[in-house]
Amino acid sequence: MSTRLAQGGRRIDRRKSVEFRFNGKRLKGYEGDTLASALLANDQMMVGRSFKYHRPRGIVASGAEEPNALFNTGEGATFEPNQRATTTEIFAGLEAKSQNHWPSLEFDIGAVNAKLSRFLPAGFYYKTFMFPRFAWKHLYEPFIRQSAGLGRAPEAEDRDGDTYEHFYGFFDVVVIGGGVAGLQAAKAAGEAGAKVLVMEQTAQWGGRAAVDGGEVDGAPVADYIAATVAALEAMENVTLRRRMMGAGVYDHGYLLAYERLRDHCPDEAGPRHRLWRIRAGRIVTATGAIERPLSFAGNDIPGVMLASAVRDYIVDYGVSPGDRVVVVTNNDDAYRTAIAVKEAGLSVPVIVDARVGGGGALADQARALGIRVETGKGIAKVHGTKRVEGVAICAQAGEGAVLDEVGCDVVAMSGGWSPVVHLWSHCGGKLNWDEAQACFRPDGNRPPTDQDGEGFVLPAGAANGELGLGAGLTDADAAGKRAADETGHKPGRGKAPVAADVDEAALEPVWLMPQGAGAKLRMKAWLDYQNDVKVSDVQLAAREGYESVEHTKRYTTLGMATDQGKLSNINGLAILSDALGQPIPQTGTTTFRPPYTPISMGAIAGEARAEIFQPLRRTPMHDWHEANGAHWEPVGQWRRPYCYPKTGESHAAAVAREVMATRESLGLLDASTLGKLIVKGPDAGRFLDMLYTNMMSTLKPGKCRYGLMCSENGFLIDDGVVARLDDDTFLCHTTTGGAERIHAHMEEWLQTEWWDWKVYVANVTEQYAQIAVVGPNARKVLEKLSEDDLSAEGFPFMAWKDVTLNRIKTRVYRISFSGELSYEISVPASEGRALWNMLLEAGDEYGATPYGTEALHVMRAEKGFIMIGDETDGTVIPQDLGLHWAISKKKEDFLGKRAQERSHMTDPKRWKLVGLETVDGSVIPDGAYAVADGTNANGQRNVQGRVTSTYFSPTLGRGIAMGLVLNGPDRMGEVISFPGTDGKTYDAKIVDPVFYDKDGEKQNV
Amino acid sequence: MLILECPYCGVKGEETEFHGGGEAHLKRFGPGSSEEDFEGYLFHRENPKGVHLERWRHVNGCGKWFHVARDTATLEVFGSYSAQVTEPPQEIKDAISAKRPGWSWREFA
Ligand SMILES: [Zn+2]
Repeated sequence: MSTRLAQGGRRIDRRKSVEFRFNGKRLKGYEGDTLASALLANDQMMVGRSFKYHRPRGIVASGAEEPNALFNTGEGATFEPNQRATTTEIFAGLEAKSQNHWPSLEFDIGAVNAKLSRFLPAGFYYKTFMFPRFAWKHLYEPFIRQSAGLGRAPEAEDRDGDTYEHFYGFFDVVVIGGGVAGLQAAKAAGEAGAKVLVMEQTAQWGGRAAVDGGEVDGAPVADYIAATVAALEAMENVTLRRRMMGAGVYDHGYLLAYERLRDHCPDEAGPRHRLWRIRAGRIVTATGAIERPLSFAGNDIPGVMLASAVRDYIVDYGVSPGDRVVVVTNNDDAYRTAIAVKEAGLSVPVIVDARVGGGGALADQARALGIRVETGKGIAKVHGTKRVEGVAICAQAGEGAVLDEVGCDVVAMSGGWSPVVHLWSHCGGKLNWDEAQACFRPDGNRPPTDQDGEGFVLPAGAANGELGLGAGLTDADAAGKRAADETGHKPGRGKAPVAADVDEAALEPVWLMPQGAGAKLRMKAWLDYQNDVKVSDVQLAAREGYESVEHTKRYTTLGMATDQGKLSNINGLAILSDALGQPIPQTGTTTFRPPYTPISMGAIAGEARAEIFQPLRRTPMHDWHEANGAHWEPVGQWRRPYCYPKTGESHAAAVAREVMATRESLGLLDASTLGKLIVKGPDAGRFLDMLYTNMMSTLKPGKCRYGLMCSENGFLIDDGVVARLDDDTFLCHTTTGGAERIHAHMEEWLQTEWWDWKVYVANVTEQYAQIAVVGPNARKVLEKLSEDDLSAEGFPFMAWKDVTLNRIKTRVYRISFSGELSYEISVPASEGRALWNMLLEAGDEYGATPYGTEALHVMRAEKGFIMIGDETDGTVIPQDLGLHWAISKKKEDFLGKRAQERSHMTDPKRWKLVGLETVDGSVIPDGAYAVADGTNANGQRNVQGRVTSTYFSPTLGRGIAMGLVLNGPDRMGEVISFPGTDGKTYDAKIVDPVFYDKDGEKQNV
Repeated sequence: MLILECPYCGVKGEETEFHGGGEAHLKRFGPGSSEEDFEGYLFHRENPKGVHLERWRHVNGCGKWFHVARDTATLEVFGSYSAQVTEPPQEIKDAISAKRPGWSWREFA
C-alpha cells in the first residue's frame, strides 16, 4: 500500500493539515501536497479508468506529464473536468471525482471493453464505423458519445463563477522554467541589466534538482536555489512568477503564459487565471526533461510509475508509493530512485537493468546498500489488476521466458529522459537526434527566427539536452548571458556556478521489453496511457501502410489526448521506426503545438464575457425602445428593435399590427444604424462611378439615387441610397452591417489603386440619428411641424431637403423602403431623441406606431425590394436579381463590370429572382429548396431553386416569398414544390416579386 | 503574431493592429482585358517560401495601407513601404538583396 512516511517531505508543512474530498470520501493531506501526493498518502493508487478499455489506472508521474490522474474538480460554478492531480494543489474543501467509469471506480461496466480489445485495434474508429449507414444513428453515435472525452462537460446552465484576465508584458528576456537552469539563466541575464521575467509552472522554485541532490559551489543544491531566488527577488529588473506555465511561443518573440492565481486558494479575491500576452526580445526555454516509461506487458497497472516520480513522492512529499519497489531501467539515473527508496527505510527487492554491462558509480552505491541488481534483464510481465502484485523477470535479449518472480507493489521504471523541446519547437526550432542519450534535442543552428532573422529562443539546461547538474548550470549561465547580450546588455564576467556531475554509464535505448516480446506481451505493453494505445497498435498501423508519423498518430490516436503524448511520443515513434526498419530521426516527431499543457477556456476569454464580450452600439433612441418593450434583434454590434409587442401580444401579432398601422396611417422607424459615408472631393463623382454599378456623377445636388455595389468578382456586396449634397460631396447610405466594411472598401481602392484621385471618405454613421416617417399621413405630420414646402411638387420623391421641424434643423430624404409615402429625417445624434419624441407627439392623432426590423422586412418584401444578406450570399450578381436597370451600360468601367462578362456570370442557367406565392397561402420555410425531377450523383433529389426571403404578409393575408429559380422569370404562373424539413411540401406559384402596389402609386403621392 | 512597422506612423505595432491584404503590386485588369489577363489578376497569387511582398493595412491605427517585404519561411521582415507605388523602392530591394542575394519575386529582383 501507499502511505505517508513518518519523516521527510520538502514541500509539505506537516503542521498544517488540509481536509479534502475524493469521490465523496473525506481525506486528509498537508499544505503543500498536490492532489496526487495526498491521494497516495491515503493509499489511493488507482485513480481512474482508461479511455478505451476502461482498465484500472494509477498515478504514473509527479508533474505536468501525468496521463492518468485526471479528475473532475469543483461543483456547479467551479466545476472543471480533466484536472491533473499532479499539478492540482490541495486546499480545504477541494472536491475531486474520478472520471470515465460507471457506476463506480472500483466496479466499472465499461471494463468489458478490455475483453473486446482484439476487436478495438488501431484505427478501429475508421474501420468499424463505416457502414451500414443506419447504424450511425442507432449504434455508433450513442456509443461514441458515451465513450468520447474523459471528463464530463460542465452543465450548460452553470456559468463559470470565476473571473479571468489578460495581461500584457514586455521583457528583454523571458525565462520559462524555474528549475536550477532557469534560475541561473535569469540571474545571468538580470545581472547584465536586462528586464527579465522568469516563470515556474509549479508552486516551488528549483525543479527536481533538490530531489536528486548534489552540491553547487560546495554547498547543497537547495542552498543554491534559495540564494539564487533571493538574489533574483532583490533585482528590480527581474519579475518572478510561480504557478505560471509558458504555454506557447509564436512569431517574433510573442509568448503566451498561463498564470494560475487562485486554484490553490479559491477563497481569496481576484481573478482565477491570468493569460499573459508577452513580447520578449529573447526567450530562454529552461523547461527541463521528462522521463520516459518503458514498454513491457502490464506497464499500465496501478503501481507502475516513473522512477523519478517515485523518488519525488518520497523526497518532496514524504509519501511512500509502496513498501517494495522494483526498479527497472536502461540508465543510471533510476538507481537514484532505488537509493532514495532504501534511504526512506523501504525495500527494493531488485533493480532490473536492461544493460548487460549494468551501471556506473550509482550502481555501485546501490549494491553497497545491499540492493540486488540484475543486469541484462527485463520485465516479462507485471502481475496484478487494480494494483501491482509482482513482476516476472526475463532476459532483455529474449522473448520473455520467465527466469524469476519477484513480489512488489510498485514498479519504478525509467527509459531515459526526453528534453522538453515543445516551446523551442512551437515556432519552428529544429531538433537533432542524440544517439548517446537517445533523445531529440534542440539544434542550436536552426532556431526559430525573429523579424531580424535572428534566433530568438535559447534552450538551456536539461531542455537543451544537458541533463547533468553541472553541465546544465554551465549551459544555462551561457544562455542567460547570451540572451542579455543579444538584447543590448553587457553580461558580467562572473563564472557559472560549479557542480560536479556523477560519472554515469551510457544509456542503452530500450523501446520494447523484452526485445523479442511476442504478440501477447506487445498487446499488453502500453505506449499512450490516456488514449489506450499499445505497442501492437503502432506496429499494426505500420503493417497497414502508415509510414508518416503524423498519419500514424491520427490513425492510432497516439499522443492525441489531453497530455499530448508527453510520455508516449518518443516511445511510439521508436516503435514505428523499428517497424518501418528506419532510424528514428528519419521518422521524425509529430508537430509540437501550443499550449504546452491545457489552459482554461476562461483564461482564453479573459474579461470578454457577458456584457463586455463585445461593445454594444446604441442609437440615440435606444433607451426609449428599451422602455417601450422592444424585443431586440442583434444586428452586428447594434441592437435594433425587432418589434414592440404589447402586453400579452405575440411577436407575429405585433409585427402584423406595426405593418398595418404603417400602411394605413403612420409608422416610425429608428433607422439610425444605417451606414452613412461622406465622399467628398473634386473626383468624388468619378470615384463613385467606379464603386457603384450605376452612374452617380450625373446625380444633381438635391437628389437621391439607389445604387448597387459589387466586388471586383462581380458579386453584389451592398446597396443603398446616395444623396448628392453639393458638387463635391455625396452622402452614401450603406446597409447597417455594411458601414465599416464599405468604408474600408472605399479606402482600399482610394489608397491602393486610385491614390492620385482627389477624394476623402468619412464614416459619419454614428454622428447622425435617422428616423423614417412612413405612411399615408407622413406628410401631414411633418407639415404640422414645419413652415417649409413639403408638397409633392415642392419636395418630390427621390429628393432631399434641409427642413426645420419645430426649430430642429434636419435634413430630410424623400426615399422609401416600404412602398409608402416616406421621409427619412436625419439630425445630429444629440437631437435624435428629441426629434423622436416630437414625431411621436405630433403623430399621435394618426396613431403613430413605432415599428421594428421585422415589419421593415415584411414591407420591403411585399414591395419586392432585395435585402443584402437575404437575396445575396456572396455568389449573387445584380443580374440574377433583375436589377439590370441599376447597371450602367454607358460606363466604360466599374468594379465588377469585367467579372460580370465572364461566361459563368452570363450563363442563362443562373437562377433568377422571382416572387413565390403559396397555393394554399401558407408560409414556405426559410431556406427551402425547390425540387426538380430526378436525382444527382449522390442520390439526392435535383433542385431548381431556393427561397431567399419568406414572410407572412399581413397586408395580403398570405405567405409571400422571394427566391432564385432556374429560368424563373420565364416561368410565371408555373407551380413548383418546396419540401420542408417538417415533412410537408409547399407548392408555390412563380409570380412577379412585387406583391404590393406594382405601379408605385403610394410612395409617389 | 508578427511585429510590423507602419511607414506612415513610423511605429512598430503588434500584428493585431494590422490587417493583411494579400499580394502586393497587383496590376488591375478591367473591361476589355483578355480572359487570361483578367483571370491572372483576379485569381492567381504568388505563394513563395521565402521573399514575399504583401499588402497590410494599419487598421487599428492610422488606417493607411502599406507594403511589407518579408520572408514567409523565416518571418524576417526586410522593410515596409508606401502602398502608392507600382514596384518596391530601391532601398527595399537593396535590403532584400543584402539578406537574400539573387532573390526574385514576379518581375522584380
Ligand atoms: Zn499607421
